[in-house]
Amino acid sequence: MKPEEITIKAQARAAEQQAYAFRLFCCDSTGCISSGAISIQDALNEELAAAGAAEKVEVVPTGCMGLCSLGPLIRVSRQGTSEDVLFKEVTVDSARTLIKDYIAPQLNGGVPELGELAKFILPLDIPFFKKQIKIVLANAGLVDPERLDDYLARDGYVAASKVLTSMSPDQVLAEIRDSGLRGRGGAGFPTATKWGIARNAVGDNKIIICNGDEGDPGAYMDRCVLESDPHAVIEGMMIGAFAMGANQGIFYIRAEYPLAVERVEKAIKDARKAGLLGKAILGTSFNFDCEIRLGAGAFVCGEETALIASIEGKRGTPRPRPPFPAIKGLWNQPTCINNVETLANIARIIIKGGKWYASMGTEKSKGTKVFALTGKLKNSGLVEVPMGMTLREVVFDVGGGSGSGTPIKAIQTGGPSGGLIPAEHFDTPISYEHLQQLGSIMGSGGLIVMDEDDSVVDIARFYLDFTVDESCGKCAPCRIGGKQLLLLLDKIREGKGSEADVTMIKRVALAMQKGSLCGLGQTAPNPVLSGLRYFREEFDERLNCKDGAKGGCSCGHDSPCKAN
Amino acid sequence: MITATINGNVVEIPEGTSILDAAKRLAIKIPVLCKHPDLDHTAACGICVVRNKSNGRMLRACCTPVEAGMDLLTHDPEIVGVRRTILELMMSKHPNECLTCGRSGDCELQTLCQDFGIRREELPNITPDLPKDCSTGTIELDPRKCISCGRCVQVCQDKQNVWALSFLDRGIDTRIATAGDIPLNESPCVSCGQCSAHCPTGAIVEHDESGIVWDKLQDPDAICVVQIAPAVRVAIGEAFGFAPGANLTGKTYAALRQMGFKYVFDTNFGADLTILEEASEFVERFANGKGELPLITSCCPAWVDFMEKYHSDMIGHFSSCKSPHEMVGALAKTYFCERNNLDPKKVFMVSIMPCTAKKMEIKRNEDMASSGMQDVDVSLTTRELARMIKQAGIDFAWIPESQPDHLLGAYSGAGTIFGATGGVMEAALRTAVHMVTGEKLGKVEFEATRGLKGIKEATLNVAGHEVRIAIAHGLGNVEMVVNKVREAKAKGEPLPYHFIEVMACPGGCVGGGGQPYGVTDEVRLARAKGLYSEDTAGVWRNSHENPYIQELYRTYLDKPLSEKSHHLLHTHYKVRPTYQR
Repeated sequence: MKPEEITIKAQARAAEQQAYAFRLFCCDSTGCISSGAISIQDALNEELAAAGAAEKVEVVPTGCMGLCSLGPLIRVSRQGTSEDVLFKEVTVDSARTLIKDYIAPQLNGGVPELGELAKFILPLDIPFFKKQIKIVLANAGLVDPERLDDYLARDGYVAASKVLTSMSPDQVLAEIRDSGLRGRGGAGFPTATKWGIARNAVGDNKIIICNGDEGDPGAYMDRCVLESDPHAVIEGMMIGAFAMGANQGIFYIRAEYPLAVERVEKAIKDARKAGLLGKAILGTSFNFDCEIRLGAGAFVCGEETALIASIEGKRGTPRPRPPFPAIKGLWNQPTCINNVETLANIARIIIKGGKWYASMGTEKSKGTKVFALTGKLKNSGLVEVPMGMTLREVVFDVGGGSGSGTPIKAIQTGGPSGGLIPAEHFDTPISYEHLQQLGSIMGSGGLIVMDEDDSVVDIARFYLDFTVDESCGKCAPCRIGGKQLLLLLDKIREGKGSEADVTMIKRVALAMQKGSLCGLGQTAPNPVLSGLRYFREEFDERLNCKDGAKGGCSCGHDSPCKAN
Repeated sequence: MITATINGNVVEIPEGTSILDAAKRLAIKIPVLCKHPDLDHTAACGICVVRNKSNGRMLRACCTPVEAGMDLLTHDPEIVGVRRTILELMMSKHPNECLTCGRSGDCELQTLCQDFGIRREELPNITPDLPKDCSTGTIELDPRKCISCGRCVQVCQDKQNVWALSFLDRGIDTRIATAGDIPLNESPCVSCGQCSAHCPTGAIVEHDESGIVWDKLQDPDAICVVQIAPAVRVAIGEAFGFAPGANLTGKTYAALRQMGFKYVFDTNFGADLTILEEASEFVERFANGKGELPLITSCCPAWVDFMEKYHSDMIGHFSSCKSPHEMVGALAKTYFCERNNLDPKKVFMVSIMPCTAKKMEIKRNEDMASSGMQDVDVSLTTRELARMIKQAGIDFAWIPESQPDHLLGAYSGAGTIFGATGGVMEAALRTAVHMVTGEKLGKVEFEATRGLKGIKEATLNVAGHEVRIAIAHGLGNVEMVVNKVREAKAKGEPLPYHFIEVMACPGGCVGGGGQPYGVTDEVRLARAKGLYSEDTAGVWRNSHENPYIQELYRTYLDKPLSEKSHHLLHTHYKVRPTYQR
């Protein structure tokens, strides 16, 4: 494929899309599929065929539209109008009604009868949508992830074409540096710096890896990006590979994400067929190809060196750094590992410029961040908000506030490596630095909201149980420290703890933070420590629960001591 | 060279030096449990944390290279506190069985706990109830005592290339085990014991058979005889405060006598005998074209086992000679008994070896019973002997030296250097030259055979012939050598070597898996030096000069490779599956 063919194909597809009177975007992501999205699409197609409207209406299976708690979602786009209509919680029956009572009459020049359908309409001007800025998720919900031309029609591979034909690797690095983009996997290492190290590293066969080993409980940003817009990630990888001089790309995706794997696989195949992957891409001298490696689901394999070990067929355990993977990584080659979301930003930055990207966010945290917003909220789902937005806006405007009516108590960011942030700190802007100051971390984007009914002690235990289970067992502080912390926490939960146990928790936690080899162990105590920091009284209630065995505890939580 | 500051002192070090090694230069001792000087860092324990003063962060000294200008602090209350907590965590998943542990008094974990003054168990003990693996009869694996430092796995996989041990499960359930969790004796384990030599705790120890020996020493009907291997004499002293390499042959004989052994022999005699047989084999193959070249040495049982499991296509190249202690065992129950009118059935032969694999070798196949009964009844390691000497109340430092018993006690310098890597080769070459030329060697040393380089290759002039040799020690070094042979054979090219010596343990037997703990290259070199000094100081430098060897052939065996020699001193090999099921 030549660069101009991208434009030709994009225009051809755009014309095709415009020829439809209606386009029905149906969320076809794992979440909505589990609530029946496939049979809904079948029903839509059946009804359209019955109405003889199949050629006038396109049913577009798409990636995630964001408001997962109200799925399955269908977005109806009518040719010639800019106002789309979104239908929520669609069922097979309401889908049929949608065609019969809403689409068909309009096709025949009539007026739609909303009737019962009215209650399924979700206004698109609610804060959940309006407060979001979509860069990474720009295509999610609007393209068929399995169609390359859909991606092309939305400026797909334009950035890659620009980079390959008119930019030098240094210019690419400069653009990314200007954007201020930092690694979205959680640590926030500047992407341009990482690429620069790999670029300067000596090696014949540099490798770029897309880290799709998302594992935080409740987090599914990367899965959705891969399911919704796989070509954007491939394009980001290709640009990164060009910047650092790599010719090989590897998607490391956990095997529990079959749909993401399937779509990335198809995207790679399609891109290869179109000459967007392979040798002499777009008529340039640049060669680049991708392959997929599956992770077996160990949380620790998201850590770069463990990920590398896993691909090499070894036990998935981290190794000390240096040497850093960018110098000596997979198969001893310079290896750059970027998170899915990081890579999904790249093409947009190249098209719109680093300065545009840097105009969003705070001083040190630029652009947007995708969060998986879950917990005791009205609106749960996948959101993308500009850095610098306060936690309050995210929780109360985007998230719609408490879903239960019980006041919101805290949010957990950064998953099991992060910490609890109490409601009194909700005016803190979202940035790597601000969250760290509060004793939590940005993490990869899990954001779990808790209300007053949730017990902090139980939440801390939940996360700790996760990290203890996921510890690779290589180093003593994490391996044994985590388990002992868990036992100490259980002792307190059961009303058998004492002040000495709290002291011991702090002591073991310090050893884990300072002595663990990788981030998993270093951050595993965070949920407990932030719990102690902000909600000490909840621990004290359990400590003072002397008659726990009789069920006399007044702490108000459904704790193990009450079971006795 | 770069400079950095540690605890306020400036140190100049080559780039790439770890913080641990840099601190050593300033006489600062940073505690470690997982890092062993022989091995790459595994970064598993976390005890070696130090502080980078510029950002306050803690770094692991074992695996972090010093960067130019670094300002480091190795000890402050918080650092020491973290180390103590990590130790307490380890102790919370370690059985509190120090008093009955094989490593008590010589355990790195125990020592650190003492250093850190750990007096209470504040955390609940969560040691899992895992069974011991005693299946090999050579080493015993107690996964409960394992602190998952990874040394054994690294030594077994990377250094020895055996791949018997690995980590199984994850998180708190992580444990050392064989692949597939099968018993060790069904795994590729060759019993070299390097895992036990590198284990910081009592998780892997030798199978202690001293009890059997004590029982026999009390048995009025038993005639207990003993022999000590070359490498034992220069290492046993370490258990009694002597420096590595101190040659304590006479004291060891004396201690054995005091313990009740009726006759004390020396495996070095067997080494001399091995040389006569093996050098003859070499001359047969090299000069007379009878048999395959290169000839490969066979005195290391772990190597023999490894070869049978991994390189069985080399069987034709193997020397058929038994190892020296087996030769002494066979002769003790035949030649010696006949000459002294003793009932061989009453003779109980104990060999003191630097080796755990010898425990397996004594029952290797039916050739190990060439006297009509098992030739060597029990094989003890140096470590077991040291404990027995202590149990016997013998003040090893002061005990007067003794002499070995004839007919199987006298030895040449060539016999004694068997204990160091390259020693067998050197000893064999000395005698081979004599066999070919009939002349006495002017200079007996073959320096190319000495030292700790993993693979030593040389082309030597032996009586006017070009002889290409290779010496590998540490099983991980074998592959390259045998592959060269395979390649040349496949291509029909000239053989890369005529004679190959292999010892399973790094440094040869001085670094054996049954030697006193704490082995490093420094210790290996010191022990080897002790053997080479004895060689230099000896009356006989060549095995064939040993008059007792001459007498043995004259009166009993006839000549090397005779029918009787073959019956008593030689063995055969078979292909063994790497996994037994």
